[in-house]
Amino acid sequence: MKIRVKVNGTLYEADVEPRTLLAYFLREELKLTGTHIGCDTTSCGACTVLLDGKAVKSCTVLAVQADGCEVLTVEGLEKDGELHPLQSAFWEEHALHCGYCTPGMLMASYALLQDNPMPTEEEIREGLSGNVCRCTGYMNIVKAVQSAARKMAGETGKAMGEVATSGTAAD
Amino acid sequence: MFPNAFKYEAPESVDEAIRLMTEYGYDGKVLAGGQSLLPMMKLRIAAPAVLIDINRIDDLKGWRRVDGKLRIGAMTRHSELEHATELFDSFPLLSRTARWIADPLIRNRGTIGGSLVHADPASDWGTAMIALRAEVEARGPHGNRLIPIDDFFVDTFATSLNEDELVVALHLPSPTGPAASRYMKLERKAGDFAIAGLAVHIALGSDGRVSDAGIGICACGPIPLRAARAEKALIGQPLTEETIANASRLVPEDAEPADDLRGSAAYKRDLLRVFAARALREIAEELHGKVGVQ
Amino acid sequence: MALPQTELRPMGKSILRKEDPRLIRGKGRYVDDIMLPNMLYLCILRSPYAHARIRRIDTSAAQAAPGVKLVMTGEDLAKMNLAWMPTLAGDQQMVLATGKVLFQYQEVAAVVAETRAQAEDAIQLIEVDYEPLPAVVDPFKALEPDAPILREDKEKKSNHIWHWEAGDREETEAIFRDAPVVVKQDVRFQRVHPSPLEPCGCVADYNSATGRLTFYVTSQAPHVHRTAIAMVTGFPEHQIHVISPDVGGGFGNKVPIYPGYVCAIVASMKLGVPVKWIETRTENIASTHFARDYHMTAEIAATEDGKMLALRVKTIADHGAFDATANPTKYPAGLFSIVTGSYDFKAAFVEVDGVHTNKPPGGVAYRCSFRVTEASYLIERVVDILARRLQMDPAELRLRNFIRKEQFPYRCPTGWVYDSGDYEKTLKLALERIGYDELRKEQAEKRARGEFMGIGISTFTEIVGAGPAHSFDILGIKMFDSAEIRVHPTGKVIARLGVRHQGQGHETTFAQIIAEELGLSADDVLIEEGDTDTAPYGLGTYGSRSTPTAGAAAALCGRRIREKARKIAAHLLEVGEDDVVWDGTSFSAKGLPGRSVTMKDVALAAYTNVPEGMEPGLEATYYYNPPNLTFPNGAYIAVVDIDKGTGAVKVRRFLAVDDCGNVINPMIVEGQVHGGLTEGFAIAFMQDIPYDADGNCLAPNWMDYLVPTSLDTPKWETDRTVTPSPHHPIGAKGVGESPNVGSPAAFVNAVVDALSPLGVEHIDMPIYPWKVWSILREHGIEE
Repeated sequence: MKIRVKVNGTLYEADVEPRTLLAYFLREELKLTGTHIGCDTTSCGACTVLLDGKAVKSCTVLAVQADGCEVLTVEGLEKDGELHPLQSAFWEEHALHCGYCTPGMLMASYALLQDNPMPTEEEIREGLSGNVCRCTGYMNIVKAVQSAARKMAGETGKAMGEVATSGTAAD
Repeated sequence: MFPNAFKYEAPESVDEAIRLMTEYGYDGKVLAGGQSLLPMMKLRIAAPAVLIDINRIDDLKGWRRVDGKLRIGAMTRHSELEHATELFDSFPLLSRTARWIADPLIRNRGTIGGSLVHADPASDWGTAMIALRAEVEARGPHGNRLIPIDDFFVDTFATSLNEDELVVALHLPSPTGPAASRYMKLERKAGDFAIAGLAVHIALGSDGRVSDAGIGICACGPIPLRAARAEKALIGQPLTEETIANASRLVPEDAEPADDLRGSAAYKRDLLRVFAARALREIAEELHGKVGVQ
Repeated sequence: MALPQTELRPMGKSILRKEDPRLIRGKGRYVDDIMLPNMLYLCILRSPYAHARIRRIDTSAAQAAPGVKLVMTGEDLAKMNLAWMPTLAGDQQMVLATGKVLFQYQEVAAVVAETRAQAEDAIQLIEVDYEPLPAVVDPFKALEPDAPILREDKEKKSNHIWHWEAGDREETEAIFRDAPVVVKQDVRFQRVHPSPLEPCGCVADYNSATGRLTFYVTSQAPHVHRTAIAMVTGFPEHQIHVISPDVGGGFGNKVPIYPGYVCAIVASMKLGVPVKWIETRTENIASTHFARDYHMTAEIAATEDGKMLALRVKTIADHGAFDATANPTKYPAGLFSIVTGSYDFKAAFVEVDGVHTNKPPGGVAYRCSFRVTEASYLIERVVDILARRLQMDPAELRLRNFIRKEQFPYRCPTGWVYDSGDYEKTLKLALERIGYDELRKEQAEKRARGEFMGIGISTFTEIVGAGPAHSFDILGIKMFDSAEIRVHPTGKVIARLGVRHQGQGHETTFAQIIAEELGLSADDVLIEEGDTDTAPYGLGTYGSRSTPTAGAAAALCGRRIREKARKIAAHLLEVGEDDVVWDGTSFSAKGLPGRSVTMKDVALAAYTNVPEGMEPGLEATYYYNPPNLTFPNGAYIAVVDIDKGTGAVKVRRFLAVDDCGNVINPMIVEGQVHGGLTEGFAIAFMQDIPYDADGNCLAPNWMDYLVPTSLDTPKWETDRTVTPSPHHPIGAKGVGESPNVGSPAAFVNAVVDALSPLGVEHIDMPIYPWKVWSILREHGIEE
């Protein structure tokens, strides 16, 4: 079946078997291998991507279901050579060891902060409870999300401040 | 981890979906949120020849009030009900149940209708719908019918739907007086199916006595069950310690749990009793002052 | 927050990890990310029976299926003498079954096809006619005289594999005969699985033109894999190139060679194209090597005032169908004889019997040194039972029996020589930090109110860093490890090691070690591991051996470079070598202030201006044979509250005080502790792979083999004491596994402590809520 999917801002057209799972489409057709596969029972979340803005397990969505949709993967987080605040925070807070869960964790965290820009620790733990990490024990992942949230709030504040300033100038 | 090959159909209307279901019969399987079906297909436990994907049917999404009832489209996602602030007051059980289903990622995809039709005995929605006395709106080639939830589940993974019928919505009666709900669930780990679970919905009359009691039992039988004896014991009573203790003891009597990896039947029965008492106490406290509750 | 990598004198500092920039961008390269032209996919058909004779296999429909290029059975491999392969424990294991299957999910046939989906489709078309045989699931029943004999290939007609013992039987028994107090307890360490997030897998790429086999595999021990492949297949070892790319966690799971690897290699050689095999999570849990499964009985002889005298341990080790531990050759029960732990026993006797059952093979060291978690858990559990029997505080009993710091080096009754430690200081720090006395007061108040709160202590001693060549080898190869350092003319460094990290942060910590030795920053040092064509030979990363062995090799290799650098510096400074002083970042001339050269100056000179007669270049290799093992230790305390209604246990607090000797990167050490505690928590409360009477695996995936999420996992508190290892070049001991070794006993001790007013002395792991509930209700405790 022919599908058209926008992934990380680029429109792709492909011909896929209906049974192709979105995770494999991203990895094997588009060679976006940052999206990982860690289980066969929709348990681990290593394959988490954003599908039309919602975090989903891409091993449990068919590629044909993404036809006409927008997908954001870990490869789409960095903008113009600048790491996303979540990526820097994961690095700074030692929120990864082997790195296999990291793309999924980053995408789930991205979705979490989108809906709840300043989550509590409990909200972060709840929000990431669909993603398994076997290495870190989660403490530093929670810290990283908190740190990124603060940074992003600062940036948003700054950006809003700038808008206000320029607005004043225009007046 | 690939499903068997299948033909894929993605109808954009309910009528088209029903036409396809009629056409393919047993070969066809409806794909709702897919969070149970696709894993089963990946493990090749399920291998439908045709997948009828109803995700593109807008008519099945969202909720509205109709004739004093809440009508929830079958393709409403768990996460939408979890975060539906406008329903928190009148239907608190929806959010309280939704947040216990699997994990946040699965809740973004899974749907209330899909969950009910899958008819897992550990269905959190099935349990909540029993407590809320929901009706299932099914549409087939010959029109719509409303199936009371107590007639909907037939056996494990089996419902009373005809092969060519599609669940299009759930209907929930609005509570008549002040109401409160609890969903209680014990899991082996976050996101697991329940060891045992309980949905409790209580409404009070103007006299402060229980006017409506709905109690659903999760993962303790071939299907989600109703704690009818306990419900009966609550109706017309004030929510005193004595009423609560009495009703709680009755809840396990309607359960049919089995011994398994999650625990013994006796354990699950006792969990239901403990949950019932906790839920009713919390509800009594919440409703205290709203009417003349003792 | 961590420091930048440009920091000089980086040893002991929290330096940002060098591996992270690629991993946070999704640019890691794990084995499944390797996609080669014309690559085919291999999929394995597995047995539905735990024990059955194979009457017939019909592969004709599979061979005719779309996309299928090859179908292989055990009979096909037998023609190449490859139906069986040796295990690292000296047993042999079937690659694809011939004759009969011995465990559910055993490999029966393999299909290679153009796509994964086609390979999976074709698997379903293979017809196997099985004759089911009675399954032997219980290792005790396996030893009964009338038990079916599982291994027809072996000469020994018994399910008993080996008997192993350590210590002095007679001396121990003599003490037990006269001991005033004896406690005895059966303790099971259940079957668990390392289950790293990335499952096992490989890509075999045989090039018929060059005769080379490039084998990409997610491996903790790539050199061992190369040698093992050469031994199994007879393929010339120099023509085998093993590449272990980024590894998505290992925890012991990725040390062995698995049947899928052999199948992929054979398929690639037959077909002349690359063949990929990536297992599913179910295959990972249900067929690759498990851990633990020890049925232990321990007895302590003691005086009434709490002096522990002797320890006696008897264990049945369930190894499943094939003995496939990755233990050093001379140690079939690994280092289990460390079971005397942190205590000064007069005598000890330990015996272990290995047994075959119809279960998957293994016995790997899951995030621990070989069989050390079993040992630590056992002794820490039984010490608590003794404390209860003597009505002593468990902390007090431990303090009374610790090996004292002045006793090091300490020879324990089973023969190990402990390097260093200060157990009293470590436990006292833990007691103080957690507020032990206040917690005991709170507990007393709660008990009076009928509430159940528990405090559990574990003061473990590990034995890691295998190991000295006189007694440690795998496949005959001594368990040394290695480093090779090349300093380039501009003072930048590439270093290669024989170990293979899987998240431990070697690219950072080994860079720190080398940078410290060479006066550079970690940023100047690139660490490369996992490529057998370039890295010096090493035995790999497991058993917390990387820092004790390869870390030592890195430091000593750095010193070897520095020795040559000193000569060059003398030449540059125009002074005698004895007048050159190294201050950590530069060489200066004694008594000549202001005259100094850095390692960068020396590096350039090594290629442009060496003294007369000196070999140019600045490179060195070091193979390090450790003189002894290292003995990390710690004091862990758990505080739990029990829900009387449901039996659920809530871990309210957990403090880990570790002594891993000198620390290279505190951030990474703390991260390792968090991770290991989480795995210990999972083992204590969630994880088990049970089998039914027919040998069916009841937890073959992550729906039933439970891995904790962020929501389940407690918050961890950590602290440290430092007793450097006297024999290690940088005084380090290793830490990655301590928290997994030490924590299960703390959790279980806490739960038992909570329930001790009911007379409870032991609960086997995992402590599911129903177990606690049963105990409460048996004693009439209700909500």
